[in-house]
Amino acid sequence: MSQVLQPPPPAATASPAPDAPPAETPAQLAARYGLSVSGARPSLPEYGRQLWARRHFIRAFATAKLTAQYSQAKLGQLWQVANPLLNAAVYFLIFGILLGTKRGVPDYVPFLVTGVFVWTFTQSSIMAGTRAISGNLGLVRALHFPRAALPVSFALQQLQQLLFSMCALVVILLAFGVPPAASWLLAVPALVLQFCFNAGVAMVMARWGARTPDIAQLMPFVLRTWMYVSGVMWSIDHVTRDRDLPHLVLLALRCNPAAVYIDLMRFALIDSFHASGLPPHVWALATGWALLAGVGGFVYFWKAEETYGRG
Amino acid sequence: MADTDHRTSDRMTSDRRTTDRRTTDRRTTDLTKAASPAPVPTVICDAVDIVYRVNGTGAGRGAATAALNRMLRRKQTERAAGVRTVHAVRNVSFTAHRGEAIGLIGTNGSGKSTLLKAVAGLLPVERGRIYTDGQPSLLGVNAALMKDLTGERNVHLGGLAMGMSREEVRERHQQIVDFSGINEKGDFLTLPMRTYSSGMAARLRFSIAAAKDHDVLLVDEALATGDRSFQKRSERRIRELRAHAGTVFLVSHSNKSIRDTCDRVLWLERGELRMDGPTDEVLAAYEEFTGGPDRAGKAPAKRK
Repeated sequence: MSQVLQPPPPAATASPAPDAPPAETPAQLAARYGLSVSGARPSLPEYGRQLWARRHFIRAFATAKLTAQYSQAKLGQLWQVANPLLNAAVYFLIFGILLGTKRGVPDYVPFLVTGVFVWTFTQSSIMAGTRAISGNLGLVRALHFPRAALPVSFALQQLQQLLFSMCALVVILLAFGVPPAASWLLAVPALVLQFCFNAGVAMVMARWGARTPDIAQLMPFVLRTWMYVSGVMWSIDHVTRDRDLPHLVLLALRCNPAAVYIDLMRFALIDSFHASGLPPHVWALATGWALLAGVGGFVYFWKAEETYGRG
Repeated sequence: MADTDHRTSDRMTSDRRTTDRRTTDRRTTDLTKAASPAPVPTVICDAVDIVYRVNGTGAGRGAATAALNRMLRRKQTERAAGVRTVHAVRNVSFTAHRGEAIGLIGTNGSGKSTLLKAVAGLLPVERGRIYTDGQPSLLGVNAALMKDLTGERNVHLGGLAMGMSREEVRERHQQIVDFSGINEKGDFLTLPMRTYSSGMAARLRFSIAAAKDHDVLLVDEALATGDRSFQKRSERRIRELRAHAGTVFLVSHSNKSIRDTCDRVLWLERGELRMDGPTDEVLAAYEEFTGGPDRAGKAPAKRK
């Protein structure tokens, strides 16, 4: 074994044995025995494979986070549904009763609540993504896994949260006399696309947040601005109809990914929300945003894989 | 790898006798002839430097300006912008082989844990390279566990976090629970972990972490947890893991557990590799350095 090695290791040793292989750098020795550089970034396909292999961890981690949220409450997991219901009740109180504003939108309360829930999904995913690395340095520094598992897992947690909210939403829809329809099934592809978009943006934000944690302080303001231009509480269609806005602004407002996903969900769930309220080529737009953010975010995140954990 | 002279010369400041032998091949060749069949290297550390960067240390007056400075001129003026760099590991080189159990010793803050994390690929190195056989794993799942979840769910989550498949987790579930002995005093497994005593939590954590077989295993002070009987059990498990694993690294402040488990010891001091050799010799030197094995008083630290 290593007993031959003298105390001050590299220096104080017997002269190299004559039968020893010729001078070899550590790199050559490593290559000869097929050792790989520790902590090196795997290739993109390999990275994707590793991430896929960790899918059960991603799911378990998301579910665990979600469950842990209410584990100290007496009502326990009932809060998963009660929380969004109460949220909707507040909006109903303020917009439906106090302000009495319908803003020319039929089924205003379902319209509003759908908007709020769908927006919250994107907002929380991005917020959680920003802190995915910087807030979990302990995990990143203790265990080895593709780091993209973290932002994806947080986005998945928000999706699970949204599914609970959707249960509440169904109750609200029925309570406000929106009839169930086959078009409700369109909510599924819309959610899948929105999840891809959210996870992608979360990965981009995770990389930024890992390098500059200050971003997390800035994001609430960015997100609130984004919310107000996305037509969560008002209909882009109605407000812009009689204004003379430049075509480019109008286009930007309607193609904004948050607005696209919110309107898709409204179109799927609310019968009085007609296709005319949707931007042209809406499914292509929704898919495009999902692919752009999802693939782009994944590649962008992967490029800095080996640097996460520092700082 | 080209600047070998520079590398070796500032590594061994303590050694003046063998200046003439500072060649690159020395390290590798003498290790190669160490065992009769050429030992297979599993971890090669090549002149590794690790540096931590800490934000926000520019306290007091001018902190805001410093922060602004930091964001605007990130590269040029790190020092001026209040980023402190902590040079945790300096120019460390060694080669570990299959079947070795290597102890890491050194006083607090000498870079032992940092070096382990870098070997595990969890901390990026500033300079140099670390080559490993497969994926070394750090024995520790603390960070993945959630105190609000039941012990049962934490076993599941911790297992998946370590990269076990769902089937593996299911298979070993009972084994983990039995080893931890959590259920010996009643059904604690279905209670949230926040209700556990610190000893119980530590036992469960160790049991989850030790459930997996590893190629290269890095153990950081994990043997000090739990009561006497559990310590015995964990030491046995470490030996078992060593039999399966290619190489085991053990960080510990207990010279006894180093002596019991390791055949080679690396001594780090202030981030520098001070000594590397058979357990007895290095421990003897280390004990002298820290004030003797049984003398309670602290002799003034002698630095060569």
